[in-house]
Amino acid sequence: MFLLILKRLGLGLITIILVSVIIFTGVEVLPGDACTSFLEREAKGELLEICREKLGLNVPAIERYLTWSYNALNGDLGFSLSGQKPISEIISVRIRNSLVLAFTAIIIGIPLAIILGIITALWRDKLPDIFISTIAIFSMTIPEFISATILILVVAIWLNWLPGIVIVSSNTTILELLPNIILPVIAISMVMTAHMLRMVRSNIIQVLSSDYVQMAKLKGVPYWKMVFVHVLPNGLLPAINIIALTIAWLLGGVVVTEVVFNYPGLGRLVIESISDRDLPVVQALALILALIYVGVNLTADLLTLLVNPRLRTLQIRK
Amino acid sequence: MKNTELETIEEKQISTFDRVSEVLIAIFSRPSGMIGFSIVILHIIIAIISPLIVPYDYKEINSLIMLKPPNETFFFGTDQLGRDVFTRTLMGGRIALFVTFFGTIIAIAWGGFVGIFCGLVGGKIDDIVMRIIDAFLAIPWILAMLLIVVILGTSTQVLIPALGFFYGKGIVRVARAATHDVIARDFIMAAKARGHGNFSIIWNELLPNVRDAIMVEGAMRWSWMLLAFSSLSFLGFGVSPPTPDWGLMISEGRGLMSFAYWSVIAPIVALSSLIIGINLSADAFAKALGIDRTQKAPV
Repeated sequence: MFLLILKRLGLGLITIILVSVIIFTGVEVLPGDACTSFLEREAKGELLEICREKLGLNVPAIERYLTWSYNALNGDLGFSLSGQKPISEIISVRIRNSLVLAFTAIIIGIPLAIILGIITALWRDKLPDIFISTIAIFSMTIPEFISATILILVVAIWLNWLPGIVIVSSNTTILELLPNIILPVIAISMVMTAHMLRMVRSNIIQVLSSDYVQMAKLKGVPYWKMVFVHVLPNGLLPAINIIALTIAWLLGGVVVTEVVFNYPGLGRLVIESISDRDLPVVQALALILALIYVGVNLTADLLTLLVNPRLRTLQIRK
Repeated sequence: MKNTELETIEEKQISTFDRVSEVLIAIFSRPSGMIGFSIVILHIIIAIISPLIVPYDYKEINSLIMLKPPNETFFFGTDQLGRDVFTRTLMGGRIALFVTFFGTIIAIAWGGFVGIFCGLVGGKIDDIVMRIIDAFLAIPWILAMLLIVVILGTSTQVLIPALGFFYGKGIVRVARAATHDVIARDFIMAAKARGHGNFSIIWNELLPNVRDAIMVEGAMRWSWMLLAFSSLSFLGFGVSPPTPDWGLMISEGRGLMSFAYWSVIAPIVALSSLIIGINLSADAFAKALGIDRTQKAPV
């Protein structure tokens, strides 16, 4: 058990290191360097030298990678080029904003997905299932920027209920932020709920056709008792991993949604920093997003191990 | 000797043909499969013949007819530069379909090969490749695509291999898992005992068995690639302005949609219908082949 957790942690660490190498090389092969792209083409001679000196660009790439990762480990992500502020300062505000968005979406999305998933599985191929599943297919396949645009068009422009775009600066308080996040949260939780719902549904259907449920039926266990005691606990266990994967997958989609709604979160920072060629920020963002991905997956793995004792031995045998 | 060889080949051909028609019938017997397939085929036909049938020039700017609502000369109205939205919508899928179609083929080819190979040889090579795949999975697709586009530009010669490479990593995992399912079977042992090399085993024994799983996964990747491609256009990192492209049209028309919704609605319907069509076909395809893919992670 302990060894298993250690192994998972080790694998996560390796992934993070590889990601940092991939991103560093990716940024490294960009034509020009941070200084030439930041100071625009006209930069030459002395100014360029000073900038390179300041950022330490005149040492070999490997050495720079090592110092960068060493500093990142200590929470120092360097300086942004455009804002001339410490990156950790810029990013921490944005992370907070994105977390507000993500948590609200998760709080609404997960219970909704589980309830709808159970309903669709129990009334499989009947009217409620067909209705909910069709809506789910629509909301999970339509690109985020389209569902967001439709939401703005219908709710903000035609019905005039809510403001269409968020116009707050990035460092407002959470309370001021909350009224602005309704539409983005709907856009994000729609996709998330649809994904989770489908997987919860197929898990429960699988459990419903398993031997022990058949056995319970034959023994004459009342239907609802069977559902709550035998089916749901086993059917919802795999949902932990599914939720983790969905959250991690959403990281990409959230970027687009944030841009559409002009929401000052991590996602918009990704686009802004790439448009500005603010390479130190891009590097830092990639590292943080990868950390979130690995962290969420790791937590899910450990949680599953914790609540499902059968897996522990299975995993070791493997 | 020669006779039997001919016979077996003939038998094989008939069985492949039978299987294809069987799968097609299974897809078309489901309403969702039939609708999905028809949508996709319609889109492909429109994309191919649209330059011949569109009423206007897609890049002709006319300031006299800016933002006209739909009428009998301009079926879907005109956009902020006086271009015909109907023409641009019909042609808007051409580049997206072209890029993502070949991207999918590249993804299936390299992902399938690497996945089967890793599943077959196992050991250190497998470990190293899977760690690298894991690392790529941890980078959000949007960040990776943006970096690639910023580094290498947005031409089709860049986007096709870039999308193909990035979306192949998921196929590696599927192909590897499918290979693991059949690797312990007797016929693999038999092939190994006969002294066949790795590549002969991959081509003759493993590929026919994991092909279904790879094809279904490839169909799903196609819709995700389409999503990535149009998201890039929407964000302004994809195809450049005069080109008709749905993502670009939506982002251009978005600012004016409070009084000219038609320039946004047409590309939205077109793009959504194509993506939903691909998804419905992929689902029906999976069910026809007996693969349950709802359990798969959406990565």
